[in-house]
Amino acid sequence: MLNVGQLHEGFVLDHIEAGKCMTIYHYLKLDELDCTVAIIKNATSNKMGKKDIIKVECPIDMLNIDILGFIDHNITVNIIKNGEIVEKRELTLPKKIVNILKCKNPRCITSIEQGLDQIFTLTDPEKEVYRCKYCEQKYKEL
Amino acid sequence: MRHLMNPLDLTVEEIDGILDLANDIEANPSKYSHKCDGLKIATLFYEPSTRTRLSFEAAMINLGGQVLGFSSAASSSATKGESVADTIRMISCYADICAIRHPKEGAAYVASTKSSIPVINAGDGGHQHPTQTLTDLLTIRSLKGHLDNLTVGFCGDLKFGRTVHSLIHAMIRYPNVRFVLISPEELRVPSYIREDVLAKNNVPYKEVVRLEDALPELDLLYMTRVQKERFFNEEDYVRMKDFYILDKEKMKLAGQDMLVLHPLPRVNEIAVEVDDDPRAAYFKQVQYGVYARMALILTLLKWRDQ
Repeated sequence: MLNVGQLHEGFVLDHIEAGKCMTIYHYLKLDELDCTVAIIKNATSNKMGKKDIIKVECPIDMLNIDILGFIDHNITVNIIKNGEIVEKRELTLPKKIVNILKCKNPRCITSIEQGLDQIFTLTDPEKEVYRCKYCEQKYKEL
Repeated sequence: MRHLMNPLDLTVEEIDGILDLANDIEANPSKYSHKCDGLKIATLFYEPSTRTRLSFEAAMINLGGQVLGFSSAASSSATKGESVADTIRMISCYADICAIRHPKEGAAYVASTKSSIPVINAGDGGHQHPTQTLTDLLTIRSLKGHLDNLTVGFCGDLKFGRTVHSLIHAMIRYPNVRFVLISPEELRVPSYIREDVLAKNNVPYKEVVRLEDALPELDLLYMTRVQKERFFNEEDYVRMKDFYILDKEKMKLAGQDMLVLHPLPRVNEIAVEVDDDPRAAYFKQVQYGVYARMALILTLLKWRDQ
C-alpha cells in the first residue's frame, strides 16, 4: 500500500466510498485550508473492496464535519493527537445543514433573494430526508 | 408575537377559536365594526390576486381599520431590486399587521423572520395558503356541521395547488378523515405530502385519475384550477387545462349532501350550469373568507398585544 506520512495532529476520514473523496473535499471546503491534506483514492479495503481516505493535518474543530453524516454515515472519523488515534467519532445525521446544500427548486425564494442562508432541516431521520426550510422541497442527489 | 405561515402554525384548539370567532362575526357584524379603529393592514401582493387581496382589505375595513399596500410587483420597489427582507422592515414602520403574497415559495417565511409586525402568508408560490385553509375549514364546518368523519376529494392541479396542500395539512388533524386525490399523473400531489403528511400520519388516501370514479363516495369535492402561472412550459399547460370539467351530468353521480368547493377563480373546470345546484358552495366560501380573515386579524393582533 502507498505510504503517506504519519499525522502528528489532525484527523483521518476512513472508509469513504471509493470515488467520493473529492465530493467530501469540496463539502468540507478543504481547498480553503492552509494545511497538509492527503487524498488517497481506491485504497484496498477488506470490508469494502476499495475505499477512499482523506488525511488532514489540522485540529478537527476547525471544520464542520456534521455534513459527513449527511453524505455517508459509514465514514469513520479518527482523531489524531501526538501521532496516536485518541478518538473515533461517530457520525450522526445533522438536524440542520446551513449554507452547504443549495435548494434547486426554481420556485424557492432562495433562488432570487440575496443574503439568505441556505437551510435544510432533517424531516425524516429514518429515510434521511432533508427539506429546504423555505419551500420544503426535498433535497435530492449530492 | 405570532405569524401565520402554514395552517399547522395553529393548534386545532386555536383554529376552533378562530372559527368560533368568525361565526360570531357572521352573526353579529356590528359588534366588531370598530375593533380595529386606528389600525392598518399592509397588503403586499407581488403577484395578481383579486379575491385574497380584496378579502383582506374588506376584512380590515369591516373591522374599522385601514389598508395600504400594492397589488403587483410592478408597482413596488421589487422592480428596483428591493429584497423581501428590506420591504418588510420598511412596512413594519407603516402598518400594524401585514398580508403578503409572493410567487416564490418561502417568501412569507423570509418576511416573518425580519418583521416586527404579525405576518400572514397570503400565498407563496405553489406552497402554502393558510387563510384559504381557514376559509375552507370555516365553510365546511358551517355547512356540514363538523370537520371529522369526512371523505374529501381533491380534483385538478394537486401538484401546484397550494390550497390543496394547506387544506390536507389542516384536515389530517381531525379524526376519521380520508382523502381521494383525483389528478392526472403529471399533476399528482407532491411527494412530501404523500410521504411526510399522509403516510406518516396513517391517513387513508387513494389516488385516482377519473373524477367519475370518485364522485359517489365523496362528502366534499374540492375542485381546483390548473394554474397557468405555475407552468414553465405553455405546451404542458394547454395539455392539462381541460382535463377535468365538473358539469350537471357528473353531479348526478354525487351524493345529495356532497358539497362542491373551489378556491376560485374558476376557468372552465366547473361548468356555469353547476352554480345553481344547491351543493355548489364556492360562492358562499368567498363570504366565509372575509369572516375568517376578520377573525384571524383580530386574533393575531390580540396575540401581539399579549
